Amino acid sequence: MIPAAFDYVVPRTLPEAVAELVKRGQEAKVLAGGHSLIPLMKLRLSTPSFLVDIGRISNLNYIREEDGHVAIGALATHHDIEFSDLLKKKLPLLSGAAAQIGDPQVRNRGTIGGAASHADPFGDFPACLLALDAELKVVGPKGERNIAARDFFVDTFTSALEPDEIVREIRIATPPTGSTGTYLKFSRRSQDWAIVAVAAQVTVSGHNVANVAIGLTGMGSRPLRASGVEQALRGKGAHDEDIRAAAERAAEGTDPPQDLNGSPDYRRHLAQVLTRRALEQITAHH
Amino acid sequence: MAISQMVGASIKRREDPRLVTGTGSYVDDLPQTAIVHMVVVRSTDPHARITGIDTTRAKEADGVIAVFTGKELLSEFGAPLPVTDCFVPTKKYPKHYPLAIDKVRYVGEPVAIVLASSLSAAQDAAERVEVRYESLPPVVDIEKAIEKGAPVLHDEVGSNLSYDVKFAAGDIEAAFREAEVKITQRLIQQRLIPIAVEPRGVVADYRTWARKLTIWSSTQIPHFVKVWAAVILGIPESDVRVVAPEVGGGFGSKIRVYPEEILTALASRRLGRPVKWIEDRGENTKATHHGRSQIWDVEIAAKRDGTVLGIRPTQWLDLGAYCSQFGTFQVLGMLVAQGAYKMKAFDGRAVGVFTNRTPTDAYRGAGRPEATYLIERVMDLVARETGVDPVEVRRKNFVRVEDQPFTTLLGLTYDSGDYRITLDRALQMVDYQGLRREQAEKRKQGKYLGIGLSTYIEICGLGPAVPTQAAVGVSLWGMSVVNVHFTGKATVIIGSSPHGQGHETTYAQVAADVLGIPVEDIDVQHGDTAIGPMGMDTYGSRSTALDGNAVHISAMKVQEKARKIAAHLLEAAEGDVVYEGGKAYVKGTPSKAVTIQEIAVAAFQTSRLPKGMEGGLEATTFFDPTNFVWPFGAHIAVVEIDAETGATRILRYVAVDDCGTRINPMVVDGQLHGGIAQGIGQALFEEAVYDEAGQLRTGSLLDYLVPTAADLPSFELEATITPSPVNPLGTKGIGEAGTIASSPAIINAIVDALAPFGVKDVSMPATPEKVWQLMHRNGGTKR
Ligand SMILES: Cc1cc2nc3c(=O)[nH]c(=O)nc-3n(C[C@H](O)[C@H](O)[C@H](O)COP(=O)(O)OP(=O)(O)OC[C@H]3O[C@@H](n4cnc5c(N)ncnc54)[C@H](O)[C@@H]3O)c2cc1C
Repeated sequence: MIPAAFDYVVPRTLPEAVAELVKRGQEAKVLAGGHSLIPLMKLRLSTPSFLVDIGRISNLNYIREEDGHVAIGALATHHDIEFSDLLKKKLPLLSGAAAQIGDPQVRNRGTIGGAASHADPFGDFPACLLALDAELKVVGPKGERNIAARDFFVDTFTSALEPDEIVREIRIATPPTGSTGTYLKFSRRSQDWAIVAVAAQVTVSGHNVANVAIGLTGMGSRPLRASGVEQALRGKGAHDEDIRAAAERAAEGTDPPQDLNGSPDYRRHLAQVLTRRALEQITAHH
Repeated sequence: MAISQMVGASIKRREDPRLVTGTGSYVDDLPQTAIVHMVVVRSTDPHARITGIDTTRAKEADGVIAVFTGKELLSEFGAPLPVTDCFVPTKKYPKHYPLAIDKVRYVGEPVAIVLASSLSAAQDAAERVEVRYESLPPVVDIEKAIEKGAPVLHDEVGSNLSYDVKFAAGDIEAAFREAEVKITQRLIQQRLIPIAVEPRGVVADYRTWARKLTIWSSTQIPHFVKVWAAVILGIPESDVRVVAPEVGGGFGSKIRVYPEEILTALASRRLGRPVKWIEDRGENTKATHHGRSQIWDVEIAAKRDGTVLGIRPTQWLDLGAYCSQFGTFQVLGMLVAQGAYKMKAFDGRAVGVFTNRTPTDAYRGAGRPEATYLIERVMDLVARETGVDPVEVRRKNFVRVEDQPFTTLLGLTYDSGDYRITLDRALQMVDYQGLRREQAEKRKQGKYLGIGLSTYIEICGLGPAVPTQAAVGVSLWGMSVVNVHFTGKATVIIGSSPHGQGHETTYAQVAADVLGIPVEDIDVQHGDTAIGPMGMDTYGSRSTALDGNAVHISAMKVQEKARKIAAHLLEAAEGDVVYEGGKAYVKGTPSKAVTIQEIAVAAFQTSRLPKGMEGGLEATTFFDPTNFVWPFGAHIAVVEIDAETGATRILRYVAVDDCGTRINPMVVDGQLHGGIAQGIGQALFEEAVYDEAGQLRTGSLLDYLVPTAADLPSFELEATITPSPVNPLGTKGIGEAGTIASSPAIINAIVDALAPFGVKDVSMPATPEKVWQLMHRNGGTKR
């Protein structure tokens, strides 16, 4: 349980950090909260010879609202997100998901930038970012670019990031009034990773569903959108029968894995149950 | 302090301040200079011939001092690792050395050791040891292990069958002829990984100039390790000292002499430097023994009114790749499978097989959880089949208080107990009738409430010397030394080796009451073979029934000597002097007393002693009781099943336990909390899963699910007190009771909840998916 030997730098600015990554090439890895990377290194499943610790770069930890967007710095921790008043009000989906990640130690150290970059199909934030149509602001040697969440999560532990790029910020359009969300996670123990989880964001206007987005965790090699459910419900009534019928489509187009915690069949079933419960929970407030 | 003030008091554990502030000293914390770090190269193949080990590249690596393979060390092993009789003296088993010699038989088996000046250097070099394996087909299934043509693990045994023995009494054929109801059921005891918070660790220091060996080990059995290290290493026992420093839990997993204790010692002798090995968690899940791993098949003969006439259980025990030191201890489950009930016949068969998996051995309860799970599931199966309420089935079959001391069909005699009283109290606590009404109501709304009972008994306090010698192959007894110092403070040395049980607190309480010395002034020492005579260590909920009582007896001996000295000092006749509350005085004149401090001074200023009396105020006791002790109790679990996901929620957990005299009720409750949690772990969460290729798939705490506080309800605990008649304190054991009782309570509750779906059994762990599948296997149709 000791990592292989590695070197370590602590740049003070983003450009410095990018320069270090460029210099070291494939050997280097960004270190943020370390709560995914260090366990892998201790098991020697990951053996980078160089770590670029971005943890002490200033101005990367913030949560604020600006020009119709909520902007979250890459170093905002799960704890910061869980307890942010702004997020609790505007994006309860995200603060609610944060509260269900691991245990307090993990939430104190883990960062949203790290959780996104790690692209774990069982991670909780990726499905939320997908459902919220988030955008990731990324810096690299060629400057800055924006990547939409739907393009960012490519495969198991694989994102659209180049090895010398760093996620700087996550941006989410502030949801309109009448829009709210919830994250329902099913796991065997309270602190486990999800077997399946559902991120739902719904905009209700009157008795109708003006917009709906469903993100799924644990239903494939990356977070997925339950587009069948979205189609079935968008612009329709928010009645129990509508919700029930729509939720039955939650597993369409998914490819859930088989592992010790659940079979594909069980996961498909859970996706339906959790989707229905999430939709019922949201629409019950209206 | 008056007599009987301390026994029964929930004083805070004196161990806790150092443990909760991180100042306790575990093996890894010992100060050591010039230490050499050892890393064990372990087999990655479950079954293979070793065709070669190339250590050249490892030896060349930075910081490496030496690398040894099994072949290189074989001549230095004076004996293989020990194996005790444990109920099956006729079993066949192979020689087992600390390092594999020409074959590996489980993933995690030690193959070579790397010694280096730093841990990271040792770990880096271990990756450079090249072991060439010629893979053989692995055996990973208990039943397939003994099929014709199965690959054989040990040529010297000849097959994978270690033993096939009977434990029978009474006329079973007659019981089945008389039976109106016959039930057959298979029950699975899944393989479990003990997961002590502190994995194992050893420092061995062989001082060449003095020819003395000290082993610090995270073990439950320092005294046994001393004997066996001496035998295996060929060192006089008098030159071996074993210390169990702070030990962070064991649960049976540290009950045996392990390869690494021998390997560090051998390496230290070769290198002339202290050698340290600390197990990491990944290693711990493979290299430290596992528990349970059994299949039980049972046939039940019963009458329509719920009377159980007889049972015919077969225990298929997976020994793993070798026979561990107490590997067949779980066969105890067969001996106590009759539980709290009377029956006419018992026809047990116990079969032990080898598989290519980590060896199994004692794990919290060792045999008794299996027995209790069997008999408590039997009671519920009979209830279901006959329609008689599970409470009534139990009452009908209970051994009655008039029958005590009751002798079972297999010849064990219970010491005491009225099993109805704990059950009645537990039923009251949950409002059993009210719950049954609520259950019926909820079913109508599609909600599934379940109520599960477990009215267990337990054998513990191992044990009287004669039966333990016959059954286990070791004479077991309790040991203590009580020594009052010049200043009137006392040291108590015990033969038990606590690793979380709180003996330092509870045994001080015992001595304080007898001696009248304030509890703060009594120090309890343990776990170091250099400070006491022999001890029989800690396992099987034995310590307080044996060593705790030995403390009481030694303290009584000291009190008696103190009284004699006092009589001399008071110039009174011995018969007129009484000792009470730390003072001795002539009957009727308590104002003219001599204190224990004054008596202690005189005991060492020997000129002041009566003629012919030796100096000192000290006594030693080897306590051999007349019987085992038999705690009992009633646990009730109330669960609700989420019909859509199959998830089980425990709504209430009520336990009424009787462990005789409770020296420190808070410590007793602590043992119960941990024990119940561990049993719930087996019922709902834990399972060591091997794939068909023989690889462990649950080798980390990510996949091996140990419940946390957040996954458990608040336990509601009450007690009744039936002092044991077989020891002076009246204590029984409580270290394993919670684990023994709780798994069947939970599973009985889940099966009860699922009754509308025609479900009669759920195998452990009752995962949400498994429960969901059982509910939906007929398309969710209810009966
Ligand atoms: C016990 C435990 C339980 C957990 N339970 C959960 C859970 O239930 N749900 C869940 O979602 N997660 C869980 N996690 C993971 C946790 O949320 C991690 O914190 C998170 O996945 C990674 O964030 P980090 O800041 O720790 O990243 P690190 O571990 O530092 O990095 C992770 C990866 O991302 C890269 N990286 C990090 N930051 C950036 C960046 N800004 N730009 C580019 N690349 C970057 C690193 O190079 C590395 O490859 C758990 C972790 C532990 C240890």
